[in-house]
Amino acid sequence: MKKFFIGFAFVSLLIAGVLSYFASGDPDGLDKTVEDTGIAEHAQEHPFSGGMFADYALGGDDRFTGLAGVLGVVVVLGLSFGLFWVLRKKSDAR
Amino acid sequence: MHMSDGLLNAPLSVVLLVVAVAGVGFALVKARADLDDRTAPMAGLVATFVFAVQMINFPILPGASGHLLGGALAAILVGPYVGALCVTIVLVVQALLFADGGLTALGANITNMALIGTAAGFLVAVALRRFAAKGKGGLAAVAFVSAFVNTLLAATGFVVEYAIGGAGGVEIGKVALLMWGLHALIGIGEGLITAVTVTSVASIRPDLVHLLKGSNTAFGSKPLEVRS
Repeated sequence: MKKFFIGFAFVSLLIAGVLSYFASGDPDGLDKTVEDTGIAEHAQEHPFSGGMFADYALGGDDRFTGLAGVLGVVVVLGLSFGLFWVLRKKSDAR
Repeated sequence: MHMSDGLLNAPLSVVLLVVAVAGVGFALVKARADLDDRTAPMAGLVATFVFAVQMINFPILPGASGHLLGGALAAILVGPYVGALCVTIVLVVQALLFADGGLTALGANITNMALIGTAAGFLVAVALRRFAAKGKGGLAAVAFVSAFVNTLLAATGFVVEYAIGGAGGVEIGKVALLMWGLHALIGIGEGLITAVTVTSVASIRPDLVHLLKGSNTAFGSKPLEVRS
């Protein structure tokens, strides 16, 4: 059982840390739609666009995308595991 | 599919924030029944996996890409309520830590991707459950269709929201055509990723696939846990 969970976490780390370098930089479907129609002119700058990890980089340097990805994996795993563990029904057997 | 701030007007953004808070609150209450010592860690891993895979934009046309939304994937693996929470956590971390998806747009983004997408994907998956229980091919097909619908309906969420309170006054038909056309292609990618992921989990740990619970399935030799 543990093996499966460790394997699953490892796959996520690998995707966010390594495969992320091969992601397409083109706009996604919604971004493409708002760009092509001019709606994007109304888009506002993200309040945290100057943040250290903004746009999955480190200080704007996207050579560190993998690092940002690994950080994201750790943060999401920590938050979600914590939340779901607190929410769970406690088993009577243990 | 993460909206920036400013694409929708302020009143609509507030309404969608209320919708998101209500929906996530409902999911928080209902999720408890689906979480135990075994499924809680699985749920954390599903959220993590959705985050990781969302980083991988795949090309769909020259100059356009798409990425997984993950609602159907999460709902099939951990149920609709926990699944909606998984996608919500991902969207919140993306907006706060990576400046991906606006802050006033967070309600809209949660509504579209975590609530509409997950609910749509799950309803399709449940409607087709008997095919999913037949084996790997059936499960893959059900996962694909659920994920495709999840993508198209999440995209439709934006179309409807833009029609109600979008900035710029672009003709709604034009927005709808672009959104649906592009997301039909992205939905194929979403379907493939979801099918591969769900069948991989099912072949190793069929007991951890929420959709297969409580039904006689062709998966694995381990008896499925009877839920009390």
